[in-house]
Amino acid sequence: MLWTVASMTKAPVNRLIPFSNVDGPGNRFALFLQGCPFSCLFCHNPETIHLCVHCGACVKTCPVGALSRVDEKVIWNREKCVNCDTCIKVCPHLSSPKIRMMSPQEVLSEFEPVASYVRGISVSGGECMLYPQFLSELFALIKAKGKTCLIDSNGFTAFENYPELMSLADGVMLDVKAVDDDFHKKICGVENKTVLHNFSWLLKNQKLEEVRTILYPNYEEENLRTVDFISKRVKNVRYKLLRYRPFGVRSQGIELLGNQTYSLEDAQKLVDLAKSNGASQVVCI
Amino acid sequence: MNQVLQIVQDATLTYHQKVLALARLAEANDHESLPVNDAYVKAKEMGIICDLNEGNTPYRPRYIIPDYRILMQKGCAMLELEAPKDLWEATAALLMMYHHVPSITSFPVFLGNFDELLEPFVLKVSKEEAKKCLRLFLAHIDKTLTDSFVHADLGPKASVTGELILELTEEMNLAMPNLSLKYDPEITPDDFAEKAVSCMLKTSKPSFANHQMFVKEWGEDYAIASCYNGLKIAGGGFTLHRLRLATMAKQAESVEDFFARVLPNYTDLLLNGMEDRIRFIVEQSKWFETDFLAREGFVKMENFTGMFGLVGLAEAVNTLLKIEDPAKGFGYNSEADQLGVRIMEALNDQVNGFKSKYCACTEHHYGLHAQVGIDSDGMDNSPGARIPIGYEPALHQQLNHSTLYHKYFVTGCGDVFKFDQTWFNSTQALLDIIRGAMAKGYRYFSGYNADADVVRVTGYLVKRSEIEKLDANQTSLNNATVFGKGARDGGHALDRRIHDQSSR
Repeated sequence: MLWTVASMTKAPVNRLIPFSNVDGPGNRFALFLQGCPFSCLFCHNPETIHLCVHCGACVKTCPVGALSRVDEKVIWNREKCVNCDTCIKVCPHLSSPKIRMMSPQEVLSEFEPVASYVRGISVSGGECMLYPQFLSELFALIKAKGKTCLIDSNGFTAFENYPELMSLADGVMLDVKAVDDDFHKKICGVENKTVLHNFSWLLKNQKLEEVRTILYPNYEEENLRTVDFISKRVKNVRYKLLRYRPFGVRSQGIELLGNQTYSLEDAQKLVDLAKSNGASQVVCI
Repeated sequence: MNQVLQIVQDATLTYHQKVLALARLAEANDHESLPVNDAYVKAKEMGIICDLNEGNTPYRPRYIIPDYRILMQKGCAMLELEAPKDLWEATAALLMMYHHVPSITSFPVFLGNFDELLEPFVLKVSKEEAKKCLRLFLAHIDKTLTDSFVHADLGPKASVTGELILELTEEMNLAMPNLSLKYDPEITPDDFAEKAVSCMLKTSKPSFANHQMFVKEWGEDYAIASCYNGLKIAGGGFTLHRLRLATMAKQAESVEDFFARVLPNYTDLLLNGMEDRIRFIVEQSKWFETDFLAREGFVKMENFTGMFGLVGLAEAVNTLLKIEDPAKGFGYNSEADQLGVRIMEALNDQVNGFKSKYCACTEHHYGLHAQVGIDSDGMDNSPGARIPIGYEPALHQQLNHSTLYHKYFVTGCGDVFKFDQTWFNSTQALLDIIRGAMAKGYRYFSGYNADADVVRVTGYLVKRSEIEKLDANQTSLNNATVFGKGARDGGHALDRRIHDQSSR
């Protein structure tokens, strides 16, 4: 599998956002790593799922000549790139040629000029837990600056296996996309056993910063089961209900879930349920 | 058509605006009282120095910052007012006095620290009664002090009055008064500051003033008045003149010529022009001898200073370095940024090397001011030390860049940022940014949501819906609306970059 290549301390960076107001509490520096073991049908950034296989399909489509092929590798020229995302649209492998391999020190040098404006860093993906060693090294550097470190994860990797990383991380923002395993397999392509185990383990170890659940059109029973399960346990941890939106979703996802945003009215019923189950910090977006 | 008749027949002017326009016209006819030298006149005609239309015969200081605490404690003899005993009397007394506080616009540019003045009275009544009273107070201000350079302050402490003013500001959505929160993360509680952020997104106010920075420069008794002018309470600003640096830079044959000849010459002209005007105001206009504000001690002459303004630092730097594309110049290139610093250092030295007969509160020196521009500046001279509109870099880059320059401008400097809807859900994030910027030396932060009706143009507030009235040849009560229209059309002042949820 592609994501197993990354065990060194450099990691493939898809994007780096100096100020983000949507990746955890307050203003945060957000880092998006490339590669994800899930292939969710509703994914908004499917180009983060796989690493580039250097097939070269994108090279000739670049309108400004920012892509070239040298020694069978696709090379991206950051200076020339105008971020029109044509390469991402034509990629047959759910990937992007615009990936930088970065070391924790290189990320830190991008972080430092904005450090005084942010509470800390949030690392997302793809799935950032594909690179636990990189995260440990990066978090050690960020913590030394007195800033917080959050992991944004799909929960595919068992956090308890990384005690050093978990002692550095201030918390995890965990996706629980469905509690029903068959439904989870159907929409995410993989089982959810570890996800649910992580949910309990993080909760018990007070490392759960936030839980997120997608609300899917036409799957009311599944939505109800997931929201009911999580909200009975989550207590004071922030629980975000994210309404499905069709933007950026690939055709298989649209076929299954449709071209409409999950309605606010239906979402409100689930918010009410979550609150009545004792979840004190429910947010619906 | 003669100018008097033109004013009289102008369909976009209210009665009151006509009176003021006619008064300005009359003053423009006096060429004897305040003599100016030829070099000054020539530089003014060339657009290099600008007196902001302060008039030929100044009959009051430009900005007057009364100490309204005296009104609260002792009343006012001229207005036959005793010290107010409750909230209704306090707000009525303030409104009566505001009517008699002059300025360059003929409206008071400072209304006091609302929470400090009113909190003792607010605490004596129910919240409902306080809110009703304050609602009338704010409505009265909006409908009678019809000029959005009218400015009130809040903070740095949280207060019931402060909370009510923020609530009402959101509910009423008015352009007047302009509002600043004196913000100090060590004094101002986060929840109060976040309410102010939310209010700012909706209504473009309050802006955030770096309290620690102003206190260090001015002491506790400072005011934020007019756009964002730092001045002393019980004092004010005699005058504000400005260098139009971009226009000036065109006179230089080289960078060295600019520093050796051009900049010192025009700086000297402006300093002396300001001093002549200040002496006229103090020695000949009779204002300090005759006005009750001075006679009763609401202001003291020694608490006034001169404000040395500038615009067009960005374009001056780009002109001197022969950079044609602004996206490669000031704000994007360290050589350009460092030249900006060198200009500020040179100005700072020369301005602080000039000794005024007056301005005792600032050790007989004038304070530098990053002037917000006027409608006729167009795109040639960007306000103060700002990066030109249309070329704003990422938010963090713009803030980092600004902190190179803000420290020089003790009488005011700041920038305006436009945000998308997502920031309503993350007022914490915006507060983090403001706090971080201030820790780095950012002086004054203004923002608004891209969909707001009340918008901050360059430093003052107008309603977009009111500009549309002028577009339709109708009147607008707010005297500043016409400036907003000019800045929109000539300076693209409403077309700022919109910062989204992941501000890149």
